[in-house]
Amino acid sequence: MNRSSVEFHANLAADEVALGERERVAGAMRAFTREIGALSALRLESCVHCGMCADACHFYIATEDPQYTPVLKVEPFKQAFKREAGAFAPFFRWFALKRRVTADELERWQHLLFDSCNMCGRCSLICPMGIDVAELIEQARRGLFEAGLAPKELYEKAAHQRRTGQPEASSEPYRDRLLAIGWQFKVEMPLDKPQAEVMLTVPRTDIEHYPAAVAALARVMAHLKADCTFRSDGLIAENYGYYAGGRDWQREISLRLIDQALACKAKVLIVPECGHAYSALRWEAAELIGKPLPFKVRHVTEFLAEALADGRLKLRSADLGVTAFHDPCQLVRKGGVTSAPRQLLHAMGVKPRETTRHVGFNVCCGGGGGVLDIERAAPLRYRVVEEKFHEIDGTGARTFLTSCSDCRRTFDDGKQRFNWQQTPRSLLELVAEHLQGG
Amino acid sequence: MDLVDFARGPALKVAFVIFFIGVVWRLVNVLLLHHRRNLSEPRRGVAESVFGGLKAMGSRSWPHPEFIKRTITGEALGYSYHIGLFIVILLFAPHIIFFGSFIGVRWPALPNGVVTIFAVITVTLFVAVLFRRLAHPVLRRLSNFDDFFSWFVVALLLVTGLMATAHVGAPYPTILGLHILSFDLLLIWYPFGKLMHAFYIFPTRAVDGYLLTRKGAPS
Repeated sequence: MNRSSVEFHANLAADEVALGERERVAGAMRAFTREIGALSALRLESCVHCGMCADACHFYIATEDPQYTPVLKVEPFKQAFKREAGAFAPFFRWFALKRRVTADELERWQHLLFDSCNMCGRCSLICPMGIDVAELIEQARRGLFEAGLAPKELYEKAAHQRRTGQPEASSEPYRDRLLAIGWQFKVEMPLDKPQAEVMLTVPRTDIEHYPAAVAALARVMAHLKADCTFRSDGLIAENYGYYAGGRDWQREISLRLIDQALACKAKVLIVPECGHAYSALRWEAAELIGKPLPFKVRHVTEFLAEALADGRLKLRSADLGVTAFHDPCQLVRKGGVTSAPRQLLHAMGVKPRETTRHVGFNVCCGGGGGVLDIERAAPLRYRVVEEKFHEIDGTGARTFLTSCSDCRRTFDDGKQRFNWQQTPRSLLELVAEHLQGG
Repeated sequence: MDLVDFARGPALKVAFVIFFIGVVWRLVNVLLLHHRRNLSEPRRGVAESVFGGLKAMGSRSWPHPEFIKRTITGEALGYSYHIGLFIVILLFAPHIIFFGSFIGVRWPALPNGVVTIFAVITVTLFVAVLFRRLAHPVLRRLSNFDDFFSWFVVALLLVTGLMATAHVGAPYPTILGLHILSFDLLLIWYPFGKLMHAFYIFPTRAVDGYLLTRKGAPS
């Protein structure tokens, strides 16, 4: 395996520090072996080392550092596959053609798998072999989690969320915070109704940083007269188990929401403006629990676009000037929510001026997938977001919108750093401000 | 038994058996691993997703316009030497006779002189490919034994073929024997290395094209 060109120390939670080298390697191998199936094997076997995935990755483009080549990030996983499950695995072991992955290598790969990848999937679109590299990276993260090498911030938040339902302790429980937001913005927060057609969730990022977006969700749902409810025991949409690579934790965190949706007999579960939450619930939860979900999972923009289409939602035109829209990677490229945000914009008379790379090919903000939470990753993240700012500035936009609170937070964080002139705004908030008759 | 007889006799038989069993086993090994069930609610139906998979088999042959600026060198080199290889391997009269003796079918050939020109160009491109792999920071970082040995095996076949055509380097039967032996080596190495991508490329594109279309995502 190639050596990393930068030296760094793994960033670990207290529970993880205690693990010995042997346990780390055993944990990683256990997870890698479990993750290797026909699909991942086909992908791992297909790579021809053409290096094109680097040309799609914002971390490579921003730094030109070859260690950020996406497929290189899955090297420990690939090595494990060749040694343990590949067609000629016994030969690789007997003749030492592939060495066993070492704890030191796994430790160095923490930076590549967590700090420098948002699992945004742009690399998957460029691959001439058609390999979904981002999904391999997600599987490789699971190996590092079981090696006790998930970054401290993600591990601790995942552990907390698994235990309590919210990723970190707060001065007041998030359910109380939700009600306080309702009072502050003078909007009723439907909470813990025993039965409702629609179950609502919120991003922890909005609770902490963008309360107006939480109020906007409640306001829009009230305007639609939707039979909906938040649930105290299933409030937070993000899944830190997914970010940290903890497969079982991801499953348990998803189950908390699923159980609440079942308890209130919801037919639809609304994922708010959070991209990775959408991936975790919309595309991965059913696979993790081993059966189809008995309700639909919809991103809030999808739900609103459906309401727009059937005439339940009518919007006033918005005078925003030149407007740019950032397509969140998990919603658009990996999630297929391609038209809903633009349908809402068009309904408000807004025709976004597109960035050079947009919709499925949009360049990621650099903060999603947990990267925003990792303190050590900040300098690298800033290089990515700086590139993004140049692209957005190139549109000449006066207004800048997105539909993911983690993207918004990443841009806001970058704004402070670079004194950027734009203020990223929420599409949902814009919709709430332009309800016809609202 | 002289070198040519050995190369196209027992050596070729052994090489072909290794090639055949190796390729089949490498493909079957993938299929034997557990298969994931897609339990999430699909955004697109089965027929549309299958069509998306079939479409991706072709559409991934050319990068999306967004990427071309950055990948044009790799694409141009890759396409050029693959086309060169196909012409040299499949449209050279002696090769058609050789393959025809096994499968009982022959097809029209290009004039030998034209194929020779293509072979020279292809060898030159191969040198460029190697140089690029050594010089490009990403490729150098990714490269392993498989990349270089697979390059060597194909390059050896091209160079010995050119030498046999030009009657240089050694008596013709010796060079021809070495050329056929290098083909045997290619068959033997084939299932163990990245040359297998010829068998994986379309299934991988199809499967991921299907899965992305199922989500309604761009593929």
